[in-house]
Amino acid sequence: MSRKVRIAQLSCGPEYSGVQKEIYDAAEAVDAEVFFPDIALADVERAVDAFGLDVRSADLKLMIARGKALVDGKVDADGVFIGTCFRCAEAAIVRNELRRYIHEHSRLPVVSYSFTERTTAGTLLTRMEALTTIARRRALLAREEQTGITMGVDSGSSTTKAVVMKDNKIVGTGWLPTTEVIKSAEGTVAQALEMAGLTREDIQAVGTTGYGRFLIGKHLGADLIQEELTVNSKGAVYLAGHQRGASTVIDIGGMDNKAISVLDGIPGTFTMGGICAGASGRFLEMTAKRLGVDITELGPLAMKGMGKNVSMNSYCIVFGTQSLVNALAAGSSREDVAAAACHSVAEQVFEQQLQEIDIKEPVIMVGGTSLIEGLVYAMGQLLQTEILVPPYSQYIGAVGSALLASGFIQGE
Amino acid sequence: MAKVFIYPATSLILSDLVARFGHKPLGAALGIRERIQTAGVDSPPLQITPEEPKRGLKYAAVEVPSGVRGRMAIYGPLIEEAEAAVIVTDADLAFGCMGCARTDELILFSLRQSGIPILELKYPTNEEEGVQFVAAIKKFLAGLPNGGEA
Repeated sequence: MSRKVRIAQLSCGPEYSGVQKEIYDAAEAVDAEVFFPDIALADVERAVDAFGLDVRSADLKLMIARGKALVDGKVDADGVFIGTCFRCAEAAIVRNELRRYIHEHSRLPVVSYSFTERTTAGTLLTRMEALTTIARRRALLAREEQTGITMGVDSGSSTTKAVVMKDNKIVGTGWLPTTEVIKSAEGTVAQALEMAGLTREDIQAVGTTGYGRFLIGKHLGADLIQEELTVNSKGAVYLAGHQRGASTVIDIGGMDNKAISVLDGIPGTFTMGGICAGASGRFLEMTAKRLGVDITELGPLAMKGMGKNVSMNSYCIVFGTQSLVNALAAGSSREDVAAAACHSVAEQVFEQQLQEIDIKEPVIMVGGTSLIEGLVYAMGQLLQTEILVPPYSQYIGAVGSALLASGFIQGE
Repeated sequence: MAKVFIYPATSLILSDLVARFGHKPLGAALGIRERIQTAGVDSPPLQITPEEPKRGLKYAAVEVPSGVRGRMAIYGPLIEEAEAAVIVTDADLAFGCMGCARTDELILFSLRQSGIPILELKYPTNEEEGVQFVAAIKKFLAGLPNGGEA
């Protein structure tokens, strides 16, 4: 049995929010243990002075002192979880600066999260799992080439994707909307195998990721079941041909978004949000439906419009749709509305998530929404950089899974 | 005997002083530790569930962070119960401390609004101030109904 991964918790308010048990439960579910770096009371003020951020809350001072102890090597950990109360400005400043400080001065993977009393272990699970993956599978994550014949399946909240790879090339793909999780997975696997001209018996190793990873992983007898944060990072830098050095991966998904700061293919800091579906692919689906176009047509439509002509910046899918309907009723063109919807999603991801990681070029956009060129354009405008969309970007999780699964081929 | 809210609520010294002068201290019974091995400096001595931040809505609106509301679910009823209060500001962490500055602001405001007798003192920085500090607390407590000598 492998030793438990030790995750240092730097936090303010989890106990009084009633969510400390949820944090413990999430860690336990991925065979990790959360601990509080042991700090002498006398060291707290000294550490805060050295850090230079003059905060008033004692628990935030404690967070800073603990973060410094980790960076100074006084306390050993495999990963860091930074959590503070949602809507606390003072805590948000500390959370962000501490996250940046640890990222810049150590190799420790960091995840930060702002919780409410409604935060559950389920919400934290993927984040905790990613921390343990980075600690346990660093060697596997260093894999840069796919070997043999492997398959990756990504069971996402909106769509299920499958990819068959052979000798470092994608030879088959499958894509279906996620309805019944297992049925959708079986359908995409059949599509990918048919395209590859292979059978299930030819596959030497299988990897699964996404929301349904455990269920389909068990069903398919997967060799690798891994959360999408590390898998997508790996898939993104692999497909973008940028496996070495720093990069930023943005994946605007159907239900949540991932922003990952990557170094040599391994996530350093990452966020997974968001608070509302207003900043997800789901909103763009609804926009396409209301405009009477297929989701694949939304991007080209948006490129013809001017987003600035329509006011649409909502943190809520309902209000976002409301402004969309109002704009159309006021005579705005479909092109302008499509562009505004893309800009709105990009802006929210920019404001809510990209501020929590360090943006380093190249910025790679992946996932199904990366095919919506209006969204990629809007993100590029906001970040003032050219966004890289690699080939097969919509299959990112499946490609990452297939790549990593090749590490499980017997004899490897 | 008066019920006296103490601030910082975790201060064992204040708690002890109030009890010595025959009153009931209202605060969090929490020892001062040399090392901090819990989530916060004022980690709760009792089980807090997600219900506490909801109960805290009586004292702070929903947009106030859950940690503030969770704390107010504990301290709010004590403030309502209090007949007097001793507030020590700028206290050293070792004297007793509260984890959240926003909660502190709300606690102090609630106490000042309540109309109960309040003694507000700055934490002493030398021996002379220390003597005056204890004397002021003693005088205040002795002046409360049914206060006794230590």
